[in-house]
Amino acid sequence: MVGIKKSRWLPVVVVGTILLFFYLPILILMIFSFNDSRSLTVWAGFSTQWYTQLFRSRDMMEAVMTSVSVALISTLISTFVGTLAAIGLSKSRKVVKEVVLQVNSLPILNPEIVTAIGFMLLFSAFTIQRGYTTMLLAHIAFSIPYVILSILPKLRLLDPNLAEAALDLGATPWQALIKVIVPQILPGIVSGALIAFTMSFDDFVISYFVTGNGVKNISILVYTMSRRINPTINALSTILVAIITIALVLINVLPMMKKKEKVSYE
Amino acid sequence: MRKLIQFKNIVKDFDGTLVLKGINLDIYENEFVTLLGPSGCGKTTLLRILGGFLEQTQGEVMFDQIEISKVPPYKREINTVFQRYALFPHMDVFDNIAFGLRIKKQSEEIIKQKVTKMLKLVGLEGYDHRAVTLLSGGQQQRVAIARALVNEPMVLLLDEPLGALDLKLRKEMQLELKKIQKEVGITFIYVTHDQEEALTMSDKIVVLNEGEIQQIGTPTDIYNEPENRFVADFIGESNILEGIMIDDYRVYFDDKEFECVDYGFNDNEEVDIVIRPEDLDIVPLDMGKLTGTVVSSLFKGVHYEIVVKTQDRHMIIHTTDDATVDQEVGLHFFPEDIHVMSKLGAY
Amino acid sequence: MRTFSNLVKPYIAWMSVFIVVPMLLIILYAFTTVGNEVLPFKFTLDNFIKFFDPVFLRVLGKSLQVALITTVISILIGYPVAYFIANVKENIQTLLILLVTIPMWINMLVRTYAWISILSDNGLINSFLSKIGLPTVTMMYTDFAVVLGMVYNFLPFMILSIYTVLAKLDKALIAASYDLGANRIQTFIKVVFPLSLPGVISGITLVFLPAVSTFVIPKFLGGGNYMLIGNLIETQFITVGEWNFGSAISLIMAMIIMISMVITKKFDKNVEENNSSGGGRLW
Repeated sequence: MVGIKKSRWLPVVVVGTILLFFYLPILILMIFSFNDSRSLTVWAGFSTQWYTQLFRSRDMMEAVMTSVSVALISTLISTFVGTLAAIGLSKSRKVVKEVVLQVNSLPILNPEIVTAIGFMLLFSAFTIQRGYTTMLLAHIAFSIPYVILSILPKLRLLDPNLAEAALDLGATPWQALIKVIVPQILPGIVSGALIAFTMSFDDFVISYFVTGNGVKNISILVYTMSRRINPTINALSTILVAIITIALVLINVLPMMKKKEKVSYE
Repeated sequence: MRKLIQFKNIVKDFDGTLVLKGINLDIYENEFVTLLGPSGCGKTTLLRILGGFLEQTQGEVMFDQIEISKVPPYKREINTVFQRYALFPHMDVFDNIAFGLRIKKQSEEIIKQKVTKMLKLVGLEGYDHRAVTLLSGGQQQRVAIARALVNEPMVLLLDEPLGALDLKLRKEMQLELKKIQKEVGITFIYVTHDQEEALTMSDKIVVLNEGEIQQIGTPTDIYNEPENRFVADFIGESNILEGIMIDDYRVYFDDKEFECVDYGFNDNEEVDIVIRPEDLDIVPLDMGKLTGTVVSSLFKGVHYEIVVKTQDRHMIIHTTDDATVDQEVGLHFFPEDIHVMSKLGAY
Repeated sequence: MRTFSNLVKPYIAWMSVFIVVPMLLIILYAFTTVGNEVLPFKFTLDNFIKFFDPVFLRVLGKSLQVALITTVISILIGYPVAYFIANVKENIQTLLILLVTIPMWINMLVRTYAWISILSDNGLINSFLSKIGLPTVTMMYTDFAVVLGMVYNFLPFMILSIYTVLAKLDKALIAASYDLGANRIQTFIKVVFPLSLPGVISGITLVFLPAVSTFVIPKFLGGGNYMLIGNLIETQFITVGEWNFGSAISLIMAMIIMISMVITKKFDKNVEENNSSGGGRLW
């Protein structure tokens, strides 16, 4: 227990108020997705019409598909490349390592908008038509640095002799990688992939600057629709919030339950 | 005995630092060879070159008459027990030992047989499905040995494998390793900085310092006939003095001439002389070849360690009889206890 | 092993194309103007000179001001929240931290958009006010709405980074402080707070940097005419098509951010040096 703890109610009030501040807007957003009228402020009765409209809207469904497929593909590629790069870095000479990490940290330190216009200028310099492919490339590019940063600490903890032991026992470098190194750093790879997925799925700024030809992800759609407010966005958001909450609860609760199982087993 | 490994003029240069300065060494079948030296002497580097984890800057490594420098580690018939074991933490004992066999795609039935046999050899029967992370240091050590030996290598490399164990366990494992080596009948190459470990286990000791071989010999040779000051100093406790070899069998030091058993030096050559503490004896004043005053006496369990200040130096004596501090005593030794070494040093 | 270090090579190539080249392009655009057909680029400092117009400087000033206010409010709210969370039972800590984290996983645009229906003239707050007979208040398209939106979006970063440090604080230090006669408040001022400063500083970076550069929040809650530096850049690229000027502004913003990072890093180092006898590295 740290320091001051005079009153019992003050912490509850402060933390409670902040949590209310965080969740109230989201809750209101979700409630009005079931509103029978177009209004976002006046309750006119329960209805699921906005959900029906959402699934009928081609724009919406296309945006969802774009968001999901870009996130999945960019996560897959950035996790693969990032894992190999991180392993390579951990065995590289110090100079190489420092330079690569320095450059690698640029997109993380830079404001998103700067990274975004960088990509925009890049694609225009190579006269690549902006659209789905450019969005995908940009997402892969901004995810890899995060993947590398989440794997490197795991590699630092790895006994450098493990890979050598595998080679010594007859494994080829590739087998050593798959059978020994990857299983050891798996938690880092998984958390890197999760970060990559959410970064991609939630991205607005970079997607906005590098897309074109009417290709939109969910964020861009919300941005362009904000002027014509429409409860289908509430409906879509409600679904997303539900999925994310369930996923997060599963991720956080499952390991806890496993731990308990182990304890009782022993 | 067949020559199994030949190092021919191995030089290793790490970014301008010469770690190995031209190593020539032959290793035979079924030998227990120890590479002994202080940290930074190049012993681990030499072992890693043989394992295939480093490539030498110059020279050749012959294995069974074939040059193997370009052969990757996974194609060498050599296995290694690493310093901190390097057991795969995500696999249990059985899977760790079976790793090499599975890579070679042997049938699970044969793997089961071989692993069980190995577990028996290292005294870990029934530990098959324990998590390696929950084993004690000594048990992990045994798993590492089993994991290497199960592949039936022609040579087993051991890189300071007992360094992480406590003293008592270390002594037990020394004997056990020797036993295992006799049982499997292959060459063991053992790296250590612990001279006692080397003397206990080895058939042949290679003493290294600053990237150069100082002496190669049996434990007895190395202990009794050190070839230079470094070896004498590194192996066991010694009184090392400087003197002059007057003639064959006659050496001069501390203002006196002594009879000795060494010969073949130049007349009046400056030499280093070793007298082991246990070869010195404390005798009455008039019977000593040298005389001095007792400075200190410490009981060491089996013997007393007595320091006597003679005219020119302090001499360490190991003896079973105590002596009184400040007492004037004589020191006695036989001609064969004087060991004369050339100052030219290295091999 | 050489074999493994080779694995980084493809990424070095990729990184050069997707990180280094874009940076160089921004610099190139910032220092040039559209030239003739022979030389498509012409070196110039005009883009930077143009920025020193009072109109643009006011935008920069406003951005810094809004970001600063957001950061201060985030510390004032975030510190007590982090402190209280760090002081409850461990499993409740995990739960509360999860609750603080969940909103961060929800699309930022959606979260910001949610505020529109609360703050607008006929939104929830104003309908409530008129229902109880109070005059309505204009909140949308004001500085208040923008700062509120920023605090809402970035406060979790502040809470989390302060919490991380407080949760790892060696409890023995607090016991030692009591043992030496300090009361709760003295212990907080002399022991807990100084040791938690690294968390506050990393929180400042995590709040100030996105707050300075965001253009979504001002656009949603400040309205179409609300200009912060992020909006200025967006306009140059998307609406006006002045890529050279836009690049120059980006470069200026990147420089400001680099400088503020260096300053906070330095401050951070000082704090850590002062703490070296206490907690050492805290995260």
